[in-house]
Amino acid sequence: MIPEEELFAKGHRACAGCGSALAMRHALKAAGKNTIISHATGCMEVVSSPYPETAWRVPWIHAAFENAAAVGSGIDRALKRQGKRENVNLLVIGGDGSTFDIGFQALSAAIERQQNFCYICYENNAYMNTGIQRSGATPKYASTTTSPAGKVVHGKMEWKKHMPLIVAAHNEGVYVATANIAFVQDYIDKVKKGLAKKGPAYIEVYCPCPPGWKISPSQTVEVAKVAFKSKVTPLYEIENGVLKFTKEPSSFVPVIEHLKTQGRFKHMTGEEVNEVQLHLDKNYEKLKKLEETCVRL
Amino acid sequence: METHIVEKLASFINDGILDSEMIHMESEHSALSAALGASATGVRTFSATASQGLALMHEILFVVSGMRLPVVMSIANRSLSAPINIWNDHQDSISARDSGWMQFYAESSQEALDTMIIAYKIAENKDVLLPAMVCIDGFTLSHVYEPVDIPEQKSVDRFLSPYKPVYKLDPEKPLTMGPVGFPDSFMYFKHAQQKAMESALQVIKKVNTEFKQQFGRDYGDGILEGYKMNDAKQAVVCMGSVCGTVRVAVDKMRKDGKKVGMIKLKTYRPFPKKRLVEVSKGLKGMAVLDKNISFGNYGALFTDLKAVLSDKIKMNNFIIGLGGRDITVKHVEEVVGKIGSKKDIEWVY
Ligand SMILES: Cc1ncc(C[n+]2csc(CCOP(=O)(O)OP(=O)(O)O)c2C)c(N)n1
Ligand code: SF4
Ligand SMILES: [Mg+2]
Repeated sequence: MIPEEELFAKGHRACAGCGSALAMRHALKAAGKNTIISHATGCMEVVSSPYPETAWRVPWIHAAFENAAAVGSGIDRALKRQGKRENVNLLVIGGDGSTFDIGFQALSAAIERQQNFCYICYENNAYMNTGIQRSGATPKYASTTTSPAGKVVHGKMEWKKHMPLIVAAHNEGVYVATANIAFVQDYIDKVKKGLAKKGPAYIEVYCPCPPGWKISPSQTVEVAKVAFKSKVTPLYEIENGVLKFTKEPSSFVPVIEHLKTQGRFKHMTGEEVNEVQLHLDKNYEKLKKLEETCVRL
Repeated sequence: METHIVEKLASFINDGILDSEMIHMESEHSALSAALGASATGVRTFSATASQGLALMHEILFVVSGMRLPVVMSIANRSLSAPINIWNDHQDSISARDSGWMQFYAESSQEALDTMIIAYKIAENKDVLLPAMVCIDGFTLSHVYEPVDIPEQKSVDRFLSPYKPVYKLDPEKPLTMGPVGFPDSFMYFKHAQQKAMESALQVIKKVNTEFKQQFGRDYGDGILEGYKMNDAKQAVVCMGSVCGTVRVAVDKMRKDGKKVGMIKLKTYRPFPKKRLVEVSKGLKGMAVLDKNISFGNYGALFTDLKAVLSDKIKMNNFIIGLGGRDITVKHVEEVVGKIGSKKDIEWVY
């Protein structure tokens, strides 16, 4: 059952069809009223808190782009000091830029300290708030404003950083999960699990962004589904260091089906598409191997 | 992080002397961010840093003051790289001058300790709600052993009652902290900070008086101290531990019949314009000692003073003690001898 109560109020200023806004809304449905949020600078912060308005019906704090996990660490310990740690859910929220790039250090150290919070990275593949600049999460060949598809260089030249595995490598005490806004129940279950666990949790939720990906606002959920079917967003969780798939498509589609839904890939050559296909196949295979062998990360 | 202070606090906690949470952050940027988060959740917070660490915190300094969180932090003043140099000057805290934090400079170890306690009471006052830096000179104060009277916990508790935040993150009463301020609201927030700084001057006086009444120790009004200023024609203006050296130099020059005094500025932010004008009445000349330099201009204290004092006072700026360069009684006598010279800025070394 998904609760009806909306703790992320409507009327916020996100674009039509914003996948990240769905991630906020459902994170709060999972967490409920007794929640405090530490939020990094980025689209979801900006669209939700234009003074004197706010979309947040739970206590919420934003400090800077790279320090949400550090601010969250302070909240965690202050709650503990006041004897309130058991009754309050603590969410730390950041975009992919703030998580993969500039706030990576603060997140890493918080996990090392076994800080008790659930970190949600709403992953929309670029710095959207500042106008679609590439991040460590931007997929190879995506055209962004800082990695434009040019005549010589065809968009971003590097592969996406594999954050969930990097986070899991910190220690077995961290719960890691990937999610996708097209599969709301799966996402909610994972946020709940992350919150219920004592210690750190990291949830990376895949969120299409119409202006950034050059898709129609009506296609957000559809694009997210095709991404899932084409191995772009494998859905799994890592608990006690062991990886387990939580959902798999009944059949896969070639990655071209995913790429052609979005304007940011339209410059890609056949060879480049093949290269991406090979990369995704290998990645999926690696994750399956990890699952089969139950090897502890 | 300023090692001595943090190490001592860690051992107090681990020996059960101090009942507190300590979070071991991986960087100063994160340390201040954690203090911000904890303070916003309603607890009294402290951090300690210096030099490169303070520079790394720079971004978050503005967030803490903008959110009106009364965090107190000690700064063991040290130089900024390059070249790397671990010794004392004020370049670090002066570079954070405009970050919206109050800044108090201490002359002695005792004053450093007392000012920490005083700073909380000022910062947490409802008319202030601003963070405060207690600036203590690196090495000269941070790494020396001096006999210090440590007040009893009970009497400190009497002076500084348990922290009662005005706002805090609490699911019982949801609120949004750190929103977007568009051009239609942003200046209101900034103006409120400026007003709070102005109110702080009264509160600083009040709290210092209370401190004196309870503990018997006296730092004037907590804003500035005029030493032998009654009939002085010339004065040395300075901040921090160098005031001790200047005191000795003033005594010596007085013996030689020179009418010299010292203005020890303890509260640098808020800048006490009125008090400075009052204490400078009757002065003909002034030597302003700056342990910092605003490259391409003068020292920061000098430009600040120039903006508030009468042109009739001849003012000369002396850049001293950068990167731990020693400053002696003889140097002070020399700079007083140069008051009124055409060269309005000179480097002393
Ligand atoms: C230190 C710092 N650098 C740059 C910025 C400007 N900035 C604000 S949000 C943002 C990008 C956010 O990207 P991401 O975390 O992916 O969130 P999104 O906007 O995509 O939701 C940038 C560069 C900033 N606020 N702070
Ligand atoms: S730019 Fe993208 S992430 Fe930002 S509000 Fe619009 S749709 Fe959402
Ligand atoms: Mg992003």
